[in-house]
Amino acid sequence: MEFEGPDRVAEALASVDYLADDRIAQVVYLAEMLSKPVLVEGPAGVGKTELAKAVAAVTGRDLIRLQCYEGLDEAKALYEWNYKKQLLRIQSDVDHDWDTISHDIFSEEFLLTRPLLAAIRSTEPVVLLIDEVDRVEVETEALLLEILSDFQVSIPELGTMTANTQPLVFLTSNNTRELSEALKRRCLFLHIDYPDTEREQLILSARVPGLSDHLAGQVAKVARSIRSLDLKKSPSVSETIDWARTLLALSVEEVDEKVLGDTLHVLLKYQADIEKAAKELTSSPTP
Amino acid sequence: MLPVITGFIDELREAGVPVSMVEAIDAMKAVEAIDIGRRVALRETLRATLIKNLRHERAFDTAFDIYFSTIPLPGEGEAENGPTSGDPGDASGGQGAGAGAGEFDQEALFNALLDALAGMDAEALRRGVREAVDRLAGMEPGRPVGGTYYLYRTLRRLDLAELEEQLLQALSGDEELSELEERLLREEVEALISQLREEVQEEIRRRLVADRGREAVARTLRRPLIEDIDLMHATSSDLADMEAAIGPLTRKLAARLARRRKKRTGRLDFRRTVRKSLATGGVPADPQFKHPRPHRPEVWLLCDISGSMATFSRFTLQFTHAMSTHFSKLRSFAFVDTIDEVTDFFGPGIDFGSAVSRITTEAEVVWLDGHSDYGNSLETFYNRYGPQISPRTTVIITGDARNNYRPPRDGVLADVARASRALVWLNPEPIAYWDTGDSAMSHYARHCTSVHEVRTLRQLEEFVETLTLPSGRSLQNA
Repeated sequence: MEFEGPDRVAEALASVDYLADDRIAQVVYLAEMLSKPVLVEGPAGVGKTELAKAVAAVTGRDLIRLQCYEGLDEAKALYEWNYKKQLLRIQSDVDHDWDTISHDIFSEEFLLTRPLLAAIRSTEPVVLLIDEVDRVEVETEALLLEILSDFQVSIPELGTMTANTQPLVFLTSNNTRELSEALKRRCLFLHIDYPDTEREQLILSARVPGLSDHLAGQVAKVARSIRSLDLKKSPSVSETIDWARTLLALSVEEVDEKVLGDTLHVLLKYQADIEKAAKELTSSPTP
Repeated sequence: MLPVITGFIDELREAGVPVSMVEAIDAMKAVEAIDIGRRVALRETLRATLIKNLRHERAFDTAFDIYFSTIPLPGEGEAENGPTSGDPGDASGGQGAGAGAGEFDQEALFNALLDALAGMDAEALRRGVREAVDRLAGMEPGRPVGGTYYLYRTLRRLDLAELEEQLLQALSGDEELSELEERLLREEVEALISQLREEVQEEIRRRLVADRGREAVARTLRRPLIEDIDLMHATSSDLADMEAAIGPLTRKLAARLARRRKKRTGRLDFRRTVRKSLATGGVPADPQFKHPRPHRPEVWLLCDISGSMATFSRFTLQFTHAMSTHFSKLRSFAFVDTIDEVTDFFGPGIDFGSAVSRITTEAEVVWLDGHSDYGNSLETFYNRYGPQISPRTTVIITGDARNNYRPPRDGVLADVARASRALVWLNPEPIAYWDTGDSAMSHYARHCTSVHEVRTLRQLEEFVETLTLPSGRSLQNA
């Protein structure tokens, strides 16, 4: 599916309840137009991963996800030879000479594809999500470079495998370390911040059916107010959605001091943060 | 369009943003692919292709305003880019730009702005702002200024405080507000006022560019990137900007200090090796090792908070504050001519401002005269806390080592270095100034595991990125 313009991107994403602002829509549009990977950065819980999922949903593509972690290596990210099967093959066949066998066991039949190779080899276009790329070591990052710039993987025994279809690639980062220049250069950069109150209100209305506009507005404003405080962990969008759901379940119609004090723990996860926010926002602190 | 974009990229580079050749080409390709009639589209396209670090966005926004705010783009509405001087048409047209200030009705303008903000009417707001700048900024053509003065003058004469108050009233209606509602409303109003401020600034820049040309204005407005600002001479707004950058940095430092050694130093895990060998027909081809336990880093921070270090110490305290959320075992100490522990002032959830005021009032950091005395501070430190230093402790000292010609008494530092895992000194002065005047840097440096010049955020970042510490010594050898 081709997008006609950033506005169409925003519309399409909205149809799967992902409300993109100008920046997000523009970058997704560019990613599609220029076939470039997108590096998405921002605080936890603003919908970085969600964006990739939403794009997969509107384009009807499969989502292939590679979750990064410290210690991720080639065998887990790219491909691995299925050496158990290779051993069986060697043991079961004693008639042929070594040359034939050695040629045989390094064929695609014995290749275990991991997410990156799977994305390359897929016959249908896919969305490839490389999640939390900042968690891998700098050395491992280099693995990604060939894929990101040329959409290909080199396997010494088989040669270079080029993508059949152009995957849409999203990398997400929580910015725990500086990514290498080489990686950044190959990507479009998208920083997603907490949404402004208007957009957050729309997100809430879309994600929490049955929520009144008035309440959504109040929730968004309270969220902005709490984020302006110096906290250990600011409430993320997913937490404000949870909070709105809570309020709905409690059939609250108006956020006041009491409601806020009683439900603040949905929004904030540290006791110190809860106490602080309660003190700042309400006149009577929670006991 | 092409020359403007290359000019824009040059300007970004001038401002210190690294833009590679490949990125520049990408930007050009991207611009060809979009509808450049929309300014937002152009801005986000250039941003996505050229800016790869959040900290460079400030420079990007300034440069973009200068380079693209005056170009009438094809297909863009007249109101959107209303040419700057000699503004024809629209509401302010009757009085026209540059007319004498005599017959001008400031009250009407005030009310127009108030209505525009209260009704969130962007169009009316822009009209009002244009008129305000016409009338109040008193811009003089040809003066080589950046517009800060014009901005200040316009806003002062607009009486923002009054506007804020009235806006508050207009939006609240007659109802009695609870404290929560009032707080939320106040924030709403603050957001609107800052929107007005930005509009005015943009308008002023637009006119400056029309008057003096892009390159000249860009040159005046160019400011060092946050990471290149000298910490000793940072303004408070710079410090506020830096605060955002400190968070990720402390997280990196925490990760760095806690990093597991990659070597297989653990003992052979017999069970897992045998299990794994089943896959290779019983041949233990891939021996498995027990993982060494992750290192729980223990960090002690010693900050010089004397007068000469005022700005820097504010920064280091900020850094300390941010670190305290990542290290469970962080202890911090502050000193001037004697030292006191300030760990508790930075407990979780305590905000930075109150921590600083408590340090200056409650902590005993002054012994004699309130001039730096590293010798006494370090000796007191070692006598009081020395026995608690363990081979897991990393001690970080921040200070300029300017000792007011007092005895350095650096021998004690050797003891600290011996007892700890590592002793690191961060000095905010340029290396060239070390050991000049009353600086006793080399006396201290020889006992330290490493010494770093940390004058800017960039250098602090480099320190964090390249930090390699000797692996924790075993307890028996201590």
